This record gives sequence, structure tokens and C-alpha cells, in this order.
Amino acid sequence: MSKNININVHHVTRVEGHGNIVVNAKNGKIEKVQWQVPEAPRFFEAMVRGRSYEDIQLIVSRICGICSITHSFAATKAVEAAMGITVSQQADAIRRLLHYSEQLQSHVLHIGYLAAPDFFAAPSVVPLVAKAPDAVKTIIRAHRAANAWSELIGGRTTHPVTIKPGGFTKIPTEKEFRQLQETLKETLKDLGTIAGVVLSVAGNIPKFQRDTEYVSLKQTNPSAYTFYHGDIVSNDSKGKTTPVKDWHKVTNEYVVAQSTAKWAKWHRDAYAVGALARFNNNAELLTDGAKRVAKMFSLEKLCCNPFMNTVAQLAEAVHVVETSIQMIDELLTKGLKTENVKTTPKAGKGAGCVEAPRGILFHEYEFDKKGNCVAADICIPTNQNHANIQKDFEKFVPEIIDQGEDAVRLKMEMLVRSYDPCISCSTHMLNVQFVK
Amino acid sequence: MQIVNLEEEILDLLGGADVVEWREAMSEQSHDYDIAIIEGSVTMAEDEERLWMIRGRAKILVALGACATIGGINKLKNNFNLDEVKKCVYGKNASMPHLETSLTRAIDEVVKVDYKIHGCPIEKKEFTYVIRCLLMGKKPEIPQWPVCVECKAKGNPCLWDYEQVCLGPIIRAGCDARCPSSGFRCFGCRGYVDAPNVTAAKDVIEKYGLKVEDLKSKMVLFGSKQRPTDE
Ligand code: SF4
Ligand code: SF4
Ligand SMILES: [Fe+2]
Repeated sequence: MSKNININVHHVTRVEGHGNIVVNAKNGKIEKVQWQVPEAPRFFEAMVRGRSYEDIQLIVSRICGICSITHSFAATKAVEAAMGITVSQQADAIRRLLHYSEQLQSHVLHIGYLAAPDFFAAPSVVPLVAKAPDAVKTIIRAHRAANAWSELIGGRTTHPVTIKPGGFTKIPTEKEFRQLQETLKETLKDLGTIAGVVLSVAGNIPKFQRDTEYVSLKQTNPSAYTFYHGDIVSNDSKGKTTPVKDWHKVTNEYVVAQSTAKWAKWHRDAYAVGALARFNNNAELLTDGAKRVAKMFSLEKLCCNPFMNTVAQLAEAVHVVETSIQMIDELLTKGLKTENVKTTPKAGKGAGCVEAPRGILFHEYEFDKKGNCVAADICIPTNQNHANIQKDFEKFVPEIIDQGEDAVRLKMEMLVRSYDPCISCSTHMLNVQFVK
Repeated sequence: MQIVNLEEEILDLLGGADVVEWREAMSEQSHDYDIAIIEGSVTMAEDEERLWMIRGRAKILVALGACATIGGINKLKNNFNLDEVKKCVYGKNASMPHLETSLTRAIDEVVKVDYKIHGCPIEKKEFTYVIRCLLMGKKPEIPQWPVCVECKAKGNPCLWDYEQVCLGPIIRAGCDARCPSSGFRCFGCRGYVDAPNVTAAKDVIEKYGLKVEDLKSKMVLFGSKQRPTDE
């Protein structure tokens, strides 16, 4: 067995963007384990200055192609907080429906295209097509349904154009909502199939554990498993929640040499965000179907195996679909109203927080009296997980170092992927060669 | 990532092609390309070198998405002093070497681009169409007319009647006028039509007393300081 290991994986594949893992070990002794994030600085916070409050969501939705709806909402909520703009109950419900569509889309993408190949020990989803064609088709159908759902409410699959401060520019018709509801009933069945497939390879999920802090939103009054409303909580905060406007007290961001992305810490030296964090703080509020999925995989509250994040996503996927089916009934029973939203800008500062599929997201803006942005501050979930990934590496690598270079490399990549990071970068490359 | 959103169409495409390197969705990597598809804009010296390398290895190079075709939203950065931008985001750590950044450029400001797939996000149908054409050795036809043409064909009310500054008259069609159809002005994610002075939607421009130059100056969100023609 090789005890001298030198791994330098550049551009971890299958996460959006760049990320490097460095492990150096001599004679079984680890000299260096590092999660490096050489992401191109994006400077969105600087770029939005001078732009109108009505344009902010358009710009920042481009921070990420997978969680664009989430960024739009965090920004829009921040604008609304800054200017005291209110949103009708109907618009609020439709926003949550739109937000759920992104949770489903992103979770299915992660489970099916990015994590499942690991469980099946395939290098990507492409050879998986031959290995498990029905599973791949089911995943595709569920993903497509989620995208169509986003497009119906958001006007486009990604980078929505219907969201505006105060409400929507346009909402779907009653008939379109009914059709969506029918599709979602089918999607629910597909998710059951996908859960079964994942369960069949669940033995390949590593048994690693590391106790850490889990940070997410928590909604009380009425209590709900939340992605959109609520305050900030963690398993270390002893039931006490922190209001969104005080989010800096939670993230405590700092710059490290190994990363262009800022890192974060709260009660300990690192914390985790994402589906597992939400599950760990709110599991009892999931729908029955979602609870059944968790049970299938023996996923219980305060699970501290980061690889189980994928299972938590599966439970959440079921949760958002079940919840949405019910919400559509409620919306249509009340009857859809056309709302013409007009807002007037005013000076102010406000923070907005929502759960991205991969964890809690904060936006904050300050506006002058014309409604032009003078300052912005954004903290994305992937950055909040970096320190935690580093801590995981430091515990995990010594535990598996005897398994040889290939296994170590694969398991470390799997660990990073289990966090579902989206490290957007400036030049992504996608190269296709054609066999003639 | 929009590519993964192509759903089963991608499975068909994969039947005709062998995807040899796709960093976001695959682990295998390879070296020579018949067709290289580049996403994103250029902001670091490293990106530029990589681009030259890929251009050298690729028979056909396709720029995919607004960042690649017109510099995209990242070009907003060019409106500021870069040192000041860094200070704004990273404070006293702004001078750390790994935070180096330069002006944002579209791909064709660095290397020759053979085809462009416009939009942010791209239109899936257009993507599959262009790739199919290239697979069959044909030249894809990309719309040379403005968004207004598609918008009117759909019977939308013109947003200029609702005090929205819609860039539809000077922006390249092909999105089926997505935004105006959702009650939101076109903000230009597909870039200008070729030669906007000639091909702009004259009827709309006349009706609302607009000027092509004024509209261009409103093109601030995407590809600010974009060159007037982009072919
Ligand atoms: S200006 Fe905009 S809303 Fe008016 S016709 Fe053109 S694309 Fe449609
Ligand atoms: S209407 Fe304009 S902004 Fe909207 S998708 Fe088309 S080109 Fe892009
Ligand atoms: Fe993201």
C-alpha cells in the first residue's frame, strides 16, 4: 500500500466552477490537506452600485446559473426591507412556489447528475445512461418538470424576469396552475422512483461523521419547514434565533490565503449550511412523504455525516412538491387576483435572506433617495461551507489514508460534491469532440 | 449549466457526439476538439492563456451565453476603477495577489470565435439547433432582426406605452421576446442586432420618438461598452 500520496486535482469536475484539493502525505503522515478555492473574484457587490432598485435582482440573479431564483429573491426581499415595500399574501405564496421550483430543480440536478454517478461509481452521468437508463430517464423527467415550473412562474427557467419589488409583473393563469399541479403529482411518483434507486446504492455512502454547527432559517408563527421566511438559527444557538438584519453576527466573514472566496464562522471555527443543516434544525416540520424518505435512509435529526446532505435533498425534494400541490389548491380556492404593483423609491438600507438549495444566502443593500444602490453586501452559501469542508478534510483524510491514492482522491471529491457547491467562475469550459 | 437543462435532447446529441471534456458534469478530460464550446467571459490573465490553448486545439470555437458572446453582466465592472472595485469587495485585503482582476472581455475580444449562441440564459432550442447544424457541417442561421418583430408577432402590448425602457428595437431576436411577453422590458441579453442603425425596429422607434444612440446608452446591464456590431 502506497503511503506517499501527492494529489493535485485541478478544477474539481462536476461542481460549477473551480476548486482544488491538495493532499500531501509522507509515510502515512499528512503534511498538508487543503481545500483551495481559486474562484475568479466576481465583484457583484461593486458592480450593482449606481443601479436602480428595480434592476438589482436582474443583475445579481447572474451570480449563479443554478440558484438564480434564490439570488433574485434575496435581493428583492432586501430591497423591500430597505424601502418598506409590502407584498400581498397571494404574491408571497406564488413567490414561495417559484422558489420551491428551484429547490427541486437544483436538488434533482445534484442528486441525479452530480452525486448519483459517485454512488454508482461512474465517472459521470453519461455512462450512467447505459448502466441505469430508466433511472436516468426518470431523473431527466423530474428535472425537466422543475424547469418548466420555474419557467411558468418566472418567465424563464433561470434568471427570472417576473419578480419585482412588491410582487410580480405577471402571474400564471388558474388553468396553468392546475396543469402544474397535475405535473407535480407525476413528479412526486418520479421522486419515489429516484429515492428507490438511490437507496439501492446507499451502501456506497461513506460512514464519515464530524460534529459541527448547522446554520439555517427557522420559521415560527406559523412554524414551517422554511426556505423563504424566518430568522437565523443553529444547533449551537440554544433555540435562540437571530433576526436577518443581524446576519453579519452569524457569518463573521474573513479572507484566507488559500481562497478568493471569503470564509465564515459563528459559534465554532466552521459551520455548515444546506439541506442537511435545514433538516437538522427543522426536520419535524417536513411533510409526511419527506419524513418517509428520511426514514428509508435512517436519516435523523442532528446527523453529522456530510455525505447525507444528498439524502436530505431527496427528502426536501419530496417536501417542496407535496407542499406545492397543497398550496396550489389554497391559491385557487381563494381565486387569483390581478395585482398592479407600483412602488416609489426611497433611501434606506435592508437585508434579505432566503435558503438557496445549497444553503442560507444573505443580501444587503443601501439605496439613495432616488432608489439607486450605493452599497451592497452578499454572502453566498458555498462560501459559508468552505471552512467546514476544510475541517472535514482534516478529520476525514487521516481516517482513509490507508485506502490508497485513488480512493482518497475519489472520496475527497465526493465529499466536496456532497456539499453541492456552486463555485461560479469566469471562464467555464465545456469542450465537445465529435466522433465521425 | 444551462446545457444540463437540455434534458433528453442532450442524450440525443450525445448519440452523435462524444463529449470528451465537460468540467461541470464529467470527470474525464481530454485534449483535441473538433468543436470547443466556451462559456464565460475573460477576466484573468490565466483565462486568456487557456483560451489561446483551446483555440489552438479546436477546429471550431463556439461562444456560449451572454458572458462569452458580449461579456455579459460582468462587463458592468468595466464602468468602475478596478482598484476601487477590489477595495469595495475585499477591503484592506484588496491587494492580495490572488484577487488580481482585469477588464472583462467577451471571448471574441481575445480569440477568433466561429459561432455565437446568444442570451443569458441561452435558448435551449437554439443551442441544439446550432450544434446539430455544426454536426451536419452546415452554417447555422441566427436571427438578424430585432426582438420587436417577435414581440409584435405574439400580440404583446408595447411596453413603451407603460413607461418601460424596452431595448427590444435594437436587440437581436431569437428568444421569442421572452421578457416583454412576461411584462418585463427587454434589457438586451442577446446583444445588438448587426448594424443597429440599419436593422433596428424603425416602426417602434418612430412611434415613440426614440433614437438608436439613446437606446444604446441604456444598454448598461449587459455588455456595457459593447461594440456596436458584434459579427
Ligand atoms: S419595444 Fe419592447 S415591448 Fe415594444 S414591441 Fe419592441 S420588444 Fe415589444
Ligand atoms: S427579451 Fe431581451 S432580455 Fe429578454 S431574453 Fe430576449 S434578448 Fe434577452
Ligand atoms: Fe448557486
